[in-house]
Amino acid sequence: MADDQMNGSQILLKALEEQGVDVIFGYPGGAVLPIYDEIFKQDAIRHILVRHEQGAMHAAEGYARSTGKVGVVLVTSGPGATNTVTGLTDALMDSIPVVCLTGQVPTHLIGNDAFQEADITGITRPCTKHNYLVKDVNALARMVHEAFYVARSGRPGPVVVDLPKDVMTAMGDYTPVSRVTHRTYKPRMKGDINLIRRAVDIMAAAKRPILYCGGGIINSGPAASQLLTEFVRLTGFPCTLTVMGLGAFPASDPLYLGMLGMHGTYEANLAMHGCDVMVAIGARFDDRITGRLADFSPNSRKIHIDIDPSSINKNVPVEVGIVGDVGHVLEDMIKVWKAEQASPDQKALAEWWKSIDQWRARDCLRYEKSTKVIKPQYALQRLYELTKDLDDVYITTEVGQHQMWAAQHYRFDKPNHWMTSGGLGTMGYGLPAAMGVQVAHPKALVIDIAGEASVIMNIQEMSTIAQYRLPVKVFILNNEYMGMVRQWQELLYGGRYAETYMHCLPDFVKLAEAFQAVGLRATKPGEVDDVIREMIETDRAVIADIRVDQMENCFPMIPSGAAHNEMLLGPGDEAETPVAEEGMVLV
Amino acid sequence: MTTQTETEIQTTIAVLVDNEPGVLARVIGLFSGRGYNIESLTVAEVNTQEGLSRITIVTSGTPMVIEQIKAQLERLVPVHKVCDLTMDGAYVDRELALVKVKSTGEARVESLRVAEIFRARVVDSTSESFVFEIVGDTGKLNAFINLMEPLGLVDVSRTGVAAIARGSRPL
Repeated sequence: MADDQMNGSQILLKALEEQGVDVIFGYPGGAVLPIYDEIFKQDAIRHILVRHEQGAMHAAEGYARSTGKVGVVLVTSGPGATNTVTGLTDALMDSIPVVCLTGQVPTHLIGNDAFQEADITGITRPCTKHNYLVKDVNALARMVHEAFYVARSGRPGPVVVDLPKDVMTAMGDYTPVSRVTHRTYKPRMKGDINLIRRAVDIMAAAKRPILYCGGGIINSGPAASQLLTEFVRLTGFPCTLTVMGLGAFPASDPLYLGMLGMHGTYEANLAMHGCDVMVAIGARFDDRITGRLADFSPNSRKIHIDIDPSSINKNVPVEVGIVGDVGHVLEDMIKVWKAEQASPDQKALAEWWKSIDQWRARDCLRYEKSTKVIKPQYALQRLYELTKDLDDVYITTEVGQHQMWAAQHYRFDKPNHWMTSGGLGTMGYGLPAAMGVQVAHPKALVIDIAGEASVIMNIQEMSTIAQYRLPVKVFILNNEYMGMVRQWQELLYGGRYAETYMHCLPDFVKLAEAFQAVGLRATKPGEVDDVIREMIETDRAVIADIRVDQMENCFPMIPSGAAHNEMLLGPGDEAETPVAEEGMVLV
Repeated sequence: MTTQTETEIQTTIAVLVDNEPGVLARVIGLFSGRGYNIESLTVAEVNTQEGLSRITIVTSGTPMVIEQIKAQLERLVPVHKVCDLTMDGAYVDRELALVKVKSTGEARVESLRVAEIFRARVVDSTSESFVFEIVGDTGKLNAFINLMEPLGLVDVSRTGVAAIARGSRPL
């Protein structure tokens, strides 16, 4: 075997190649020099040099979410590794498959407080799905293959592989992926058929049903979205999606009620509140969805399908919990539904749709139009109208008001085209994520719908975007405030805008030029269309600075600690009861 | 919160894990990170050939929380098996304590008498102290230690609970 021996860095790259990795987002440093030296000598894997390790993580997330593949990050030890923690947590919360390779000081120095040493397996234990410290070069290939398997299997998530420098130069044997099987981790894919039958029986008897679907459908793959669409149309049940699930069911379908939750539509939230049967598919009853738990959908029988057993009965007890991949379960469910010729009470269903149509008639996403100032909702509606007929459009967002407006007004008909930080709410996510999407889809139109505060958090990635000539479009809804925080201060803290106004923001047009991108600006509603058109037509990176109404609030809104039927629909709406202390402590 | 109205129950959970670095930290981190209680935790390797360790955890919570704890433990990658001994039927649990008592005269004699009643053994002795070794369930150990308190108790070391299901079936 001695002839076949390779050094650790070669083993690593061979393992990555065997895993089908074509791109790595990374940043070099002392501890990973041996790996970079091997990267230099090969052509199979492309390396994208980011400007900050957090950017690498979000880029890998954008890459993963838009392709369904595992995103890969390579960073050095110490600060390089600790800078990935936000991205790892983000990927954990949103179940995004990422393998993060971190350099480490040589094994004999571990624990010595060596230069650029950090206990990264210790630090990342709670924010990864799993992590590895490789101490033996002969275990390296197996651990890398395992890391990819764990990252993409079951409920996907981030995995860290910590690589001491001496292991990367030591000689050892390669283990091909075909010889690696995992001892313990074998997630269940098929759902229990008896539970599926019970679920179908409950659904067939429903008078006021709703399907509440989330990111699990996107993670299961495009086939699951197809199956969901088939199932919704087969049953004629209304369907609502979480912010993570947008695109899993076509927004243009009349059976779609829009997004639900804190800033979801009136019809979706009231249907959730008033339903008699709720089927949660690949969603996890997050607090942004449920509002006050005690009053969450009080009169419904609940069915929950999820690949993660710990998601079932975590926040909301359900009658039927089905553990399995939502794609497999939906496939079986459709078969059972057809075999049993399930036929819900059509009259009751028609009544239910009549109620829903009345709620829809409230037109909850309407806003006061203006000819003087640009309403952020208007800018997004125009962006949607001017891009909806284009072939391949991917949207990423930062976090805040603009994110919720984008979720409300940009309509997705396909999965994997919407990338947003849902669980962690990471400001600074959108720009690097868009970069990762653009790397994976060089010809596509990739737009980061941004707020000016969020985008500055990772603005350095504009330099990466310039280096690789990525034509990413940054569409900033600029209100000079941390808008969502300001909105809460207005609604809950007596309009005391503590530290939410940003003085001395950069001139985004000049900033674009400094990063070799094109800067555009719109200050009046009449300029919006021209700016969007020019942005789309420009084949380089663009920053579009859309100066929007500074005081616009995002509605509808369920104040924290309130129930679904206590929504605020617009500026004229006051909360019926002031937000209780209990609600104030919730964020 | 719907769970607060439910009463808390105590449960003993056995977890079979790969004996690899950091596995105990994963389990403890899970409990602290998610705010679960640990009343007792013991761990030791039980199968050297396959490299398996067994962790016994005594915890308490509402039935919904206990269900969560088990699901969360099962989710950890190096975990082979999670077994709720309290739920799954009869089981035996034992704990060992070393109890140091410093006294002379009547108290010293009395501590020996109590030890005899509890079937505790003397494993170390000086002219003014004893170290007792006692094995039993948690309640018995608590009772013994309480009785030793006025008789010159100065130090206690306990192993935590080890537990195993009754009957012929393995974990």
